[in-house]
Amino acid sequence: MIALNDIHKSFGTNQVLRGVTLDVPKGTSLVIIGGSGTGKSVTIKSVLGLVTPDKGEILVDGKPPALRNRDAFLARFGMLFQGGALFDSLRVWENVAFRLLRGSLKQPKDAAREIAIEKLRRVGLKPDVADRFPGELSGGMQKRVGLARAIAAEPEIIFFDEPTTGLDPIMSGVINDLIREIVVEMGATAMTITHDMSSVRAIADTVAMLHDGVIQWTGPVADMDSADDPYLRQFISGSADGPIESVR
Amino acid sequence: MSFLAVIGAAVLSALAAIGRVAIFAGQTLSHMIRPPFYGREFGIALLNIGWLSLPVVGLTAIFTGGALALQIYAGGARFNAEAVVPQIVAIGMVRELGPVLVGLMIAARVTSSIAAEIATMKVTEQIDALVTLSTHPMKYLTVPRVLAALITVPILVGVGDIIGIFGGYAVATGTLGFNAAAYIKNTVEFLEPLDILSSLAKGAVFGFIAALMGCYFGMNSGRGAQGVGSATKSSVEAAAVLILAANFILTGIFFSI
Repeated sequence: MIALNDIHKSFGTNQVLRGVTLDVPKGTSLVIIGGSGTGKSVTIKSVLGLVTPDKGEILVDGKPPALRNRDAFLARFGMLFQGGALFDSLRVWENVAFRLLRGSLKQPKDAAREIAIEKLRRVGLKPDVADRFPGELSGGMQKRVGLARAIAAEPEIIFFDEPTTGLDPIMSGVINDLIREIVVEMGATAMTITHDMSSVRAIADTVAMLHDGVIQWTGPVADMDSADDPYLRQFISGSADGPIESVR
Repeated sequence: MSFLAVIGAAVLSALAAIGRVAIFAGQTLSHMIRPPFYGREFGIALLNIGWLSLPVVGLTAIFTGGALALQIYAGGARFNAEAVVPQIVAIGMVRELGPVLVGLMIAARVTSSIAAEIATMKVTEQIDALVTLSTHPMKYLTVPRVLAALITVPILVGVGDIIGIFGGYAVATGTLGFNAAAYIKNTVEFLEPLDILSSLAKGAVFGFIAALMGCYFGMNSGRGAQGVGSATKSSVEAAAVLILAANFILTGIFFSI
């Protein structure tokens, strides 16, 4: 469904991606792992068109995104951002229903609010949260609202950018379980980027290890622990010794 | 690097910046006439830029008008021309001080606020989130603010002109011994339609500049708190300088012929 072929991207003299090649079949969940600054977010943002690759090809359903209607293309995606990226000036339900209140998916306000409250319930939040502002919520609640917004329009493809960063282990587990449930329930194709190995084990069908701008290892999550790739082994064990420099 | 190379690099950098701002302005104008339009965001911008700026505009204008009356009276006394206070206050406020001071107050209040808000949205990935939600950031953030400023700042300038003239009137009739009816008559008779037209036109241009600079620097902010601070500072500096430069050009266009 999503194919990245030899993607390169530099920012000034910093070459972040040096030929990333990935394939994400429809209905599967790919988790990209790797250290900070290795280009995981850039990879996901390239697919969405938030970052334009210098070289390489991105195909969604076999076609480059540039050839499609941008609105219709983006309507197929949902994204949970690392910090939630909720709009401070809008109430929680307006954040969740953002896409349903404007554009090609516009619905009447009451219907959009109903859907927002239903999605909030789906991520474990009570209806009274709907009329609060994002600044009044805890970090975990903001992540849940971000998740509700990502799934509000029932997208075919969902991206999760560091979904458990900044959360305690219990809340991380809750978010991981929610992501897995929702992806399975909706039959969506998912791409997640994370450092959190508990997220990897909970969310992934397939794992890809990104290091030094290329995919060092990729395979089913069940093969991850037995893989002999030195980069992957070091990342899983969290050791300072290995091919990945601890000071980057 | 030689001295000439340094100058050349600075000139090229300045020209590139002017080009980027010009492209941004062109894109903003182009999006203004193409749907979708975001009415709620436009309404909020009207309220923030127009209605909520009234107190600061009113206070600035009334004190400036009062001070102007005192200055003209004192200066005019040196050559027995104290009687021109109503005419000079009117022309000074309407042609020059009203638009410029309102423009600068808007740059201080609105440009900084827009730049800080949009820059914060950028560093917290809210701009990226807008894109993923099929919403063009320029249509959703820039167009409502620039359009609201384009409409409300001329009105604010008009209000500022009136309040400024009233400030002069209050001082002249309250402390300088001017006759109230004669003061009003002199003011009304002296002002010409071109004075008022130039004032409102300047307001529209200054409003456009103020909102555009806030949006431009916000959208192009660097990372983190320092990026937001830098964007805010640069937006106010650019807006203030461009407003003063535009004032000089517009004054030339309206009155030098």
